[in-house]
Amino acid sequence: MSTLDRFEIHEHDVLVIGAGGAGLRAAIEASASGASVGLVCKSLLGKAHTVMAEGGVAAAVANVDKQDNWQTHYKDTIKGGKFLNNWRMAQLHAQESPERVLELERWGALFDRTQDGKILQRPFGGHSYKRLCHVGDRTGLEMIRTLQDRGVHLGINVYMECTITKLLKDDGKISGAFGYWRENGRFVIFKAKSIILATGGVGKAYKVTSNSWEYTADGQVLAYHAGAEFLDTEFIQFHPTGMIWPPGVIGILVTEAVRGEGGILTNREGFRFMQKYDPERMELSTRDVVARAIYTENKEGRGTPHGGAFLDISHKGADYIKKKLPSMYHQFKELADVDITTGPMEVGPTCHYSMGGLRVDAETTSTSVPGLFACGEVAAGLHGANRLGGNSLSDLLVFGRRAGVHAAEYSKKNSTLRKINEQDLQQAEKEMTRFFENEGENPYMVHQDLQELMHNYVGIFRTEDDLKYAIENLKKLKDRAKTVKIDGSRMYNPGWHMAYDLQSMILYSEAIAKCAIQRKESRGAHSRIDYPNTDPECGKWNSIVKKSSDGEMIVEKMQLTEMPQDLKKLFEEKELIKK
Amino acid sequence: MTSCTLKKEERSEHYCESHSSMKIATFKVFRGDINGGAEVEYKVPVEEGMVVLDAIHYVQKNISPDLAVRWNCKAAKCGSCSAEVNGKPRLMCKSRLDDFDLSKEIRVYPMKSFPVIKDLACDVSWNFEVNKKIAPFTPKPDTDWKMSQRDIDRVQEFRKCIECFACQNVCHVIREHDLKPKFAGPRFFVRVAGLEMHPLDTADRLEALKDDMGIGFCNITKCCTEVCPEDIHITDNAIIPLKERVVDRFYDPLKMFFRKIWGK
Repeated sequence: MSTLDRFEIHEHDVLVIGAGGAGLRAAIEASASGASVGLVCKSLLGKAHTVMAEGGVAAAVANVDKQDNWQTHYKDTIKGGKFLNNWRMAQLHAQESPERVLELERWGALFDRTQDGKILQRPFGGHSYKRLCHVGDRTGLEMIRTLQDRGVHLGINVYMECTITKLLKDDGKISGAFGYWRENGRFVIFKAKSIILATGGVGKAYKVTSNSWEYTADGQVLAYHAGAEFLDTEFIQFHPTGMIWPPGVIGILVTEAVRGEGGILTNREGFRFMQKYDPERMELSTRDVVARAIYTENKEGRGTPHGGAFLDISHKGADYIKKKLPSMYHQFKELADVDITTGPMEVGPTCHYSMGGLRVDAETTSTSVPGLFACGEVAAGLHGANRLGGNSLSDLLVFGRRAGVHAAEYSKKNSTLRKINEQDLQQAEKEMTRFFENEGENPYMVHQDLQELMHNYVGIFRTEDDLKYAIENLKKLKDRAKTVKIDGSRMYNPGWHMAYDLQSMILYSEAIAKCAIQRKESRGAHSRIDYPNTDPECGKWNSIVKKSSDGEMIVEKMQLTEMPQDLKKLFEEKELIKK
Repeated sequence: MTSCTLKKEERSEHYCESHSSMKIATFKVFRGDINGGAEVEYKVPVEEGMVVLDAIHYVQKNISPDLAVRWNCKAAKCGSCSAEVNGKPRLMCKSRLDDFDLSKEIRVYPMKSFPVIKDLACDVSWNFEVNKKIAPFTPKPDTDWKMSQRDIDRVQEFRKCIECFACQNVCHVIREHDLKPKFAGPRFFVRVAGLEMHPLDTADRLEALKDDMGIGFCNITKCCTEVCPEDIHITDNAIIPLKERVVDRFYDPLKMFFRKIWGK
């Protein structure tokens, strides 16, 4: 009997891993082009992080501000990303997002309306015009439900509550994936001609985060071991406004739409402190600037009682707030006993998004591994050093679709399923079952120490000493994570699931810290106390991380491709010099 | 013993400190699977603003790492952490401990209407099967996609649904009578209402509502509306108008008479 015969096997032209907005959009496109599509997700369908996106999706449809166009959206994205973005991705994103949003409407999404019956748009940080198409403050839910319902009618096979732990290759090309069913712990193999990773970010490596348990760098690390490269991992976005009280809700997102709708930030002295940090844009400055401002106010002793800032929208009146920000109203009322229609919220920075991730080709979303594609938060390049609010929902639509198109096309060109290497299977199995033979500690304890370490030493502000300390300690955590002990059986066992997730989080955390050391400047979301200025020389390269042939992590620099003249012309001379 | 890589002051209280001064809540949590199980008691230190899901996470982290529970957003937006707390279907992330009498035990059970997988996780896959059978959004051809806010307010209410399935769990047609194959349940009446009342939709789902989805079994006891964490007026705004449309189409005596004569 071959090793293969022991496992449950499914076969598809295209396998999509991750069923948030990017994965669903990719699956829809691949399926529509005639490919047989499998869609694997760790949670139930419709529960991925996209559901928690609130404020809106950025697209220059120019329904409210007629002057808006893709060129301005492009410029805003590049300026927000501090010129480290992949210019081609930013161009495609700005050009294609209006069509992708209108397409959602044609599939049944119901955005809020303007007086003349079109999709309503609201202002957001770093966007020159009112650009965010939205549904109150539950835009993500509307999008994921629309995509989910579109998907189920296309005959996509959805494999819910399944975790992939290894990508399989044959002769250097993708041949499938190995994973387990969360429900019963049994292993499963997916044979596929191409694979799309859409697994999201890495927020769970941090103590204070808006991310759920799923965001553990799965896709990044699966691809790394398969030979793909990370790009710009040092750029982790701290959303300026997370809840900070009571303890149980710390980190839960407070949508930027509160500021978009006119919310005002003040410190304990009642001073509207954004005047000091960005007098022009004030509360609607970019997220990196606002998060640093709140942090600094606290460090200098002007924070609120629970260590944040006050955010007040009550001047807009109860009816308006309940209509435009209903879930914020309920969230504060029910979880914090705060009525935001009559008084301020207390907010502070929370780890929210990873600008870095897998290096992909702008047009096709392919990684450096043949047959492996990536889209959404797991991929990097579009957002540069800092992402603008609303640009991730448009990112996942634009590049989700592109991933679907190109993965399906790749599957057509490489039309036979490739071989599954038996040794790889045995190794993949061993990597998961070995935890039950361990005698170490509880995996949750290692996770807690990882979160503390990343929070304290690789957080909003960084120094060389802190980063070195973090790298030293990540090595120790890596050893501890290898020996964690698992109680119970393989049946729906969160401790066992955590044991695997830890390996990915620690590896990716190492990449964050190492790229953060390499970048000796401050730019966007990466702030070095020891190098507080932006260095134009550092604006010429991206960080690259890959695995050497002997398994070591290599960190290097890659020259940025220069923006073509027609796009350069959109910027003023001084903007280009200052970068 | 765990070896600490971090300085002690950097660790959270949970980990290194005792909870001697804290209030303690007693939880009785169902542990088991489809073959049966039992309540297990856990003592959990109470923090300000704590919710039931925090307590379950405390147990997972400190006492039983293999305790199975579903959760994602922890902010009542994803609908993953439905359970029965003291017999009432609710989202654990929205169930504040200060709403309970902490001198008494708090019982946490999986949803009753679905087969348990393990502990607090149960098999809700049937719901996803029902959804597949609903005719998709079918827009008018050549529409200009203009809609007034007033015309979509009601549909947006239905689209707030986070699929926690609390309404499915509490509906007596499913819970007591287990008419699952013949009856789609409140969640899917809300979904159909969202399509039927969409200003630009043209598909007809009334026959399916009557025959395949069994809307007639609902006798509008409003249990679903009461448990909806999104405050959707499931019965009044979705089910009753749909029932009226079905009655108009299929049970109007005049129309029935003409149908007999002309055969449609």
